[in-house]
Amino acid sequence: MATTQSRTLAKMMLFPSVTLLLAWMIVPLCMTLYFSFLDYNLLMPGDNEYIGFLNYEFFLTDPAFIESFFNTLLLVGGVLFITICGGIGLAILLDQAIWGRNYVRIMVLAPFFVMPTVSALVWKNMFMNPVNGLFAHLAEFFGATPIDFFAQIPLLSIIIIVSWQWLPFAALILLTAIQSLDREQLEAADLDGAGPFSKFIYIVLPHLSRAVTAVILIETIFLLSIFAEILVTTSGGPGYSSTNITYLIYTQSLLQFDVGGGSAGGIVAVIIANIVAIFLMRLIGKNLEG
Amino acid sequence: MNSTNKSKVIYTILAWTISGMIFFPILWTMITSFKTESEAISATPSLFMFEWTLENYKDVLARSPYFDHFMNSVIISLGSSLLGLLIAIPAAWSMAFVQTKRTKNLLMWMLSTKMLPPVGVLIPIYLLFRDFGLLDTRLGLVIVMTLINLPIMVWMLYTYFREIPHEILEAARMDGAGIKEEIFHVLLPIALPGIASTLLLNVILAWNEAFWTLILTAANAAPLTAFIASYSSPEGLFYAKLSAASVMAVVPILILGWFSQKQLVRGLSFGAVK
Repeated sequence: MATTQSRTLAKMMLFPSVTLLLAWMIVPLCMTLYFSFLDYNLLMPGDNEYIGFLNYEFFLTDPAFIESFFNTLLLVGGVLFITICGGIGLAILLDQAIWGRNYVRIMVLAPFFVMPTVSALVWKNMFMNPVNGLFAHLAEFFGATPIDFFAQIPLLSIIIIVSWQWLPFAALILLTAIQSLDREQLEAADLDGAGPFSKFIYIVLPHLSRAVTAVILIETIFLLSIFAEILVTTSGGPGYSSTNITYLIYTQSLLQFDVGGGSAGGIVAVIIANIVAIFLMRLIGKNLEG
Repeated sequence: MNSTNKSKVIYTILAWTISGMIFFPILWTMITSFKTESEAISATPSLFMFEWTLENYKDVLARSPYFDHFMNSVIISLGSSLLGLLIAIPAAWSMAFVQTKRTKNLLMWMLSTKMLPPVGVLIPIYLLFRDFGLLDTRLGLVIVMTLINLPIMVWMLYTYFREIPHEILEAARMDGAGIKEEIFHVLLPIALPGIASTLLLNVILAWNEAFWTLILTAANAAPLTAFIASYSSPEGLFYAKLSAASVMAVVPILILGWFSQKQLVRGLSFGAVK
């Protein structure tokens, strides 16, 4: 049915999307690349000289970069670990015959629809505040010393908040996947005398691998760029202890107006994201065919 | 009680306990929004036994341009989703109906643009917006939101359109339908549910987006994400007001979200999970 005419039409229909996405990707990215080789600060108008790789050298050897690089890894890794383990558990639980399953589902899913600034501020003030927060009241009730979350464990606190936001997503995707599991296979395993643990390892887990891959891919895309949660809770501090790469580049670019340095950082972030992306795209590409 | 029923009871209790814990922060925010400020920080917090008040809602609405920010959120999320549909529908359509060897690569490439970290284009976008007078305007945000959600829209629509049987088109053609009738009388009615789901999911994503909205807006075009962020600098006791503002920002999208559960899976898993 694909005549030459319809092929031409198809190309025309694709044109706006492809052009816009190409422009959105290429133009600013080239500008970032260009700025990253200049000595360019908005506070110091000058002739913005070419300085080669100096911006990169400064950015990469800055202890703040090293720290925020590891913070980024911990943040992404920590949230992935919590949401995938918790998500598999929740998915299996919600797959059981229970009363009021729809209500349970609605409650589990809710945090995903809460905007990041709201969830961060609610957790920061009403739960994690060392004086008036609910956790502090609880600790005092049991006679323990309240934890000053954002001073003592800033990064972990942010990991907790972000995990709360993304757990519903992981659970929902994994639940959808679990529901497509062939029940006869489980019954056959039952007849063969397989226990719940070996059924989980040999049947459920392999069946979920594709969905887990999808969750890792999608969450990583979003988690690498965590920003609002840090901005409204710790502003990256104390020191750089809760700064991730996204937040570091934001402070450099828009708070210190260092266009050159911020751009070099931006390119570094793109390269890091690309390493992750190539790895993950291969996985999803394989999965899409299968 | 037989063993199936017993396990059903245990699983039900377990599921309600865990989901109650997950939902608790939202419930707590809702409850706190009806408390007085002094009750909101009380060392012996109470779930229901307190004097319910609507003062916080009145205060938030009276003392801040809450409604303006709400409208900004509506315009930005709905505007970018509609504009996005206009651009994405033809692309998804052509990929679903005229498959070529390059279709899969093109889809993967579109997905890859979604992986570009926003900080990679932060400075140019900020400077371009400044030079074109787009900083702190709704138009500027509509443009950005459309572009960042376009790949998701194309993907999602593609997975819906691909399920439309080709035979329907052929049958319509046999009956002498022109390209216009084909689109408006045959394809559009079948594709409408998919298009509506895509719209819904993108409104939700745009409503909650909190990188560009925080960076590119100030007082004028700030949607609710940015308005709520202004509560991060504490001015005395403000938990109850923060809660009231939060509830008003979250509840509309929470309700939309519950309707879009299934679409969420399809849309955000890029068709990998259905």
